[in-house]
Amino acid sequence: MIISSLQRLRLGSSLELIGAYLLAIFWIFPLLYAFWAAFHDTQYAVHFELFAPLTLDNFRDVMSQAPFIRYALNTFLVVSFLLPLQLVVSTLAAYAFAKFKFFGSNVAFVLVLVQLMITPEILIVQNYGTLANLGMVDTIAGIGLPYIASAFCIFLLRQTFKSIPKELEDAAQLEGCGTLGLLWRVYVPLAMPTYLAFSLVSLSHHWNNFLWPLIVTNSVETRPLTVGLGIFGAPESGVDWSLISAATLLSVAPLLIAFLLFQKQFVQSFMQAGIK
Amino acid sequence: MKVKSQNVQGWLLFAPAAILLIAFTHYPTIATFINSLFTNSSVIRPSRFSGFESYQNLASDPVFWKVLVNNTWLALGTIPTSIALAIIMALIVNKAIPGRGFLRMAYFTPTMLPMIAVANIWLFFYAPEIGLLDKFLEIFGVESHNWLGDPATVLPSIIVMTIWKEAGFFMIFYLAGLQTISPELEEAAKLEGSSRWNYFWRIQFPLLLPTTLFVFINAFLNSFKLVDHLFVLTKGGPDNASNLILYYIYETAFSFLDISYASALTVVLLIALALAALGQFFFIDKRVHYR
Repeated sequence: MIISSLQRLRLGSSLELIGAYLLAIFWIFPLLYAFWAAFHDTQYAVHFELFAPLTLDNFRDVMSQAPFIRYALNTFLVVSFLLPLQLVVSTLAAYAFAKFKFFGSNVAFVLVLVQLMITPEILIVQNYGTLANLGMVDTIAGIGLPYIASAFCIFLLRQTFKSIPKELEDAAQLEGCGTLGLLWRVYVPLAMPTYLAFSLVSLSHHWNNFLWPLIVTNSVETRPLTVGLGIFGAPESGVDWSLISAATLLSVAPLLIAFLLFQKQFVQSFMQAGIK
Repeated sequence: MKVKSQNVQGWLLFAPAAILLIAFTHYPTIATFINSLFTNSSVIRPSRFSGFESYQNLASDPVFWKVLVNNTWLALGTIPTSIALAIIMALIVNKAIPGRGFLRMAYFTPTMLPMIAVANIWLFFYAPEIGLLDKFLEIFGVESHNWLGDPATVLPSIIVMTIWKEAGFFMIFYLAGLQTISPELEEAAKLEGSSRWNYFWRIQFPLLLPTTLFVFINAFLNSFKLVDHLFVLTKGGPDNASNLILYYIYETAFSFLDISYASALTVVLLIALALAALGQFFFIDKRVHYR
């Protein structure tokens, strides 16, 4: 009796294990196939052959047909100007909400949270008008502008700032720290894990953002990777699967490699951001 | 600190964020509503007040009803399945099993891809005859099918793709939720001779309820916000069978240049999101009660 239930247990858990791996293989398969196709001639993408000759031609063709390096640079410019601004603007706001009882602060905080629901991409019609009035259509800055004030970042930082013990603050004030000194010397250093968490979430979000950049940009000099890929993949350019796979791979490679290298940090950041 | 200096310092610190939020969230929300009540201005005719004419047009626009129905099906098709898969994935990855790192990576990786890239990859899967899905089904003698070209199968095809993209993302939140459950509970359940299934339904699932509500709201928002794949896969076709409200807004505003109508559509979308916001309040309420 005991033996059979033990056997059943072992059988059960090995079945579970097989199920877990099957699911994983099914999940990773589309990406693996794209990876495989990118390094083989189109005919093999359609007629799979395991030992078909490898080639880098697809990547060469993609590069000659579309300026993916320039697109990558644009994406890089967007995230590298956007993220620091997001952090600075949100830090100041979160500090205000965590430490100061200013007039109307509760109402103001609720108004900030509205942006968690109504994200800028919902309001594309009006925001495009605003951007046009500012003369910032088709600029790198225009891609990032609506996202600089991030309700999500303000919220995360406010939660973190509120959890900082009052004693540290008092000690810093005794040492002669002013309002901004306190922020810079006490609050910011203690919130580093939150900054990292938000940064990774923001980075992956804006690296992958499509709709708003599509509307804002209309030239090679500003177009980010996602938009470049979207145009490249358009059926009008003729469907060459290996070529599209290669272009797709080129576009996702930087973020994907960063993710694979710093998997733990990414996963933990997403977790942390979700719990708060 | 004096009240006055608190006021001044607080507002000064908040000012940069406040200005940007007003400019790109609050002002456009209000302006959208106002614009929906006016006709489009053109060179020959200035904009004039038209009341709820745009909304009357909405009510009699079959495409509008079509996109609403599509959005509903998309939400119904993706949310329960991706939540169930996310829970299964989290339960798998939460245990000490061989290759846990690989499994987590495999489940989570699609989340890191832009929707445009996902669409490119799946476009090939769904391609008639040469696509992988058709090749696979050919083994079982199933005839070739134009998955994205057939109004009956286009939305289900997109639903499957969306689940693939999102389940791993939601897994993360369940993983975080599972780690807050005390391991003593599992030991106690084991001692009591409770089955795994029983333990999941009686202990884990109820304790994960706040996570489920959080994920549900996120998934609901995503089902309205994510339309990137339509640009590559179907452009809303065939015959609007895969069109979604945000894509329809985009088309109306930027292809047909009908700002007034696009604004009315946006107001409908905002109302849907407001409903989600109410759900969120309800959820925060719940959480407070639990503690």
